[in-house]
Amino acid sequence: MDYKKFFASNSWWAVLFILPAFLGVFIFIIIPVFMSFGLGFVKWNLISPPQFIGLKNYIELFSDEIFYKVLWNTFYYAFITAVFSILIPLVLAYALDRKLKGAAFFKAAYFLPYVTPMIVIAIVWTWMFDPNYGILNWLLGIGDSVKWLYDEKFAMPALIIVSIWKNIGYNMIIFLAGLQAIPESVNEACELDGATGFRRFFLVTLPLLTPTLFFVSIMTVISSFQVFDLIFLMTEGGPQNSTMIMVYWLFKQAFEYFNIGKASAIAYVLFVIILLLTLIQWKTRKKWVLNE
Amino acid sequence: MENKKKMGLKRINIIKIISYSLLMAGAFSMLTPFIWMLITSMMTQKQIFSYPPEFIPDPLYIKNYPDVVKSIPVATYFFNSTVVAVLTTLGQLIISSMAGYAFARFEFKYREPLFLIFLATTMVPPQVNIVPLFFIMRELYWIDTYQALIVPGLFGGFGIFLMRQWFKTLPVELEDAAKIDGCNPLQTYFRVALPLALPALATLGIFTFILTWNSFMWPLIVTNSDNMRTLPVGLAILKGSFRETTEWGQLMACAVISVIPVIGVFLMGQKYFIKGIMLGGIKE
Repeated sequence: MDYKKFFASNSWWAVLFILPAFLGVFIFIIIPVFMSFGLGFVKWNLISPPQFIGLKNYIELFSDEIFYKVLWNTFYYAFITAVFSILIPLVLAYALDRKLKGAAFFKAAYFLPYVTPMIVIAIVWTWMFDPNYGILNWLLGIGDSVKWLYDEKFAMPALIIVSIWKNIGYNMIIFLAGLQAIPESVNEACELDGATGFRRFFLVTLPLLTPTLFFVSIMTVISSFQVFDLIFLMTEGGPQNSTMIMVYWLFKQAFEYFNIGKASAIAYVLFVIILLLTLIQWKTRKKWVLNE
Repeated sequence: MENKKKMGLKRINIIKIISYSLLMAGAFSMLTPFIWMLITSMMTQKQIFSYPPEFIPDPLYIKNYPDVVKSIPVATYFFNSTVVAVLTTLGQLIISSMAGYAFARFEFKYREPLFLIFLATTMVPPQVNIVPLFFIMRELYWIDTYQALIVPGLFGGFGIFLMRQWFKTLPVELEDAAKIDGCNPLQTYFRVALPLALPALATLGIFTFILTWNSFMWPLIVTNSDNMRTLPVGLAILKGSFRETTEWGQLMACAVISVIPVIGVFLMGQKYFIKGIMLGGIKE
């Protein structure tokens, strides 16, 4: 092969340009994905050598009562969070989509929670949720009757409130982009036909916004399935496992009980759930891009 | 006719008023926790535990700030967070933009399947990889080092995707001119393409900076000494240790310190940040 020609060709340069990214992705993403799968079939505590035990981790997992509790908690958390993280931003985006003065201020204000570190959020909200001195119970005028993070019934709703609060800005921006992509001519046609207010929103705007709505729903559910910081920092899964969700359980199994096999099995159950959701989202991605 | 127009105007005004009230109520609930944090950080322990709650710090107790710096190594945490976030951002920008450029401009075998592999990696939730990644770090003797905090964060399909999309929209003519002038592809990339990609680099850079600064689970797992901890992890330990004594004033002071850099970066680059979100597919 002509050395000079090869050197001048794009292939050589392509290798040079892509190699760093490829090596990194290979070592830090692709290899771990397969390792994680393999570790699901061994018994290992990070110290003594791993021992192959076949499907035992998965069998143990699926016959564990706590697993179903965790699964239920995770779905419950993800779906309730998603519903409100869609409804509220949708209304706000619709309100913001009328060229109001101060739009920049609102966008920035709604966005602050999204860019704030979870530990900061956890500190402030833990204090606000405090049953005795917290500002929330005082504002609601309910004394110390609701113990929020210390109550089995209210801990999860408290975490969901914080998540919704954090999600609103991000989702609102996407809805706003979707709304602004609706051609002006459609709105003018509505005006001529006398379709206004609620009628216009439900009969014209909402149907045109469906792809965006779908995209945001799935993205929100996916990110809710991955929540960890919030749980670790505010409730540690308690009280009585009422806020124990998958990633936090995985973390406990791996780094507190050193039960690597079981942790990896949990990781793969989570992976499969998220993969299914992602595939649905990718299938509909084309529609979303068209709307851009 | 006149009348109808007037009624229309009135209706529009009502809609505007409703919109504003909704948005104001929303903004109020978004900002209250931040304001409450700032206020509490300047109160004495006694005032913090007053009931009903008081809203104006009296006296203005700034001492919480020096106090928290004395009780935990805030400066070290802050330094670590800065080093990790800045280096991760710079590395991510170089690595992603080079790969993205190659995918946008070069013709080579297996280009499409290779790109699909990169794209597919964005589907892997980081939490699924955390256990084997920890093991890899241990084998490399990287636990409790900057390498562990930085290197795994340098790579990802999203940055490459974003940069490829951007380079594809740029006209090739300028780069062709550089080629005719005798530049090799690396020179063309650095001197011609990269300066034109500043908006995309800003978007990716701001995202990477904020996500890295806020990152919690990974630094929690791979650090175990105060010398290596980042701000969120250090602050979490402080929160845990204060569970009995509850020095809320100091906690809030440290929280204020931790949030300032991200808010600063966000406000400076808000435009690019919002652009990044519109491109979609960005996960926390």
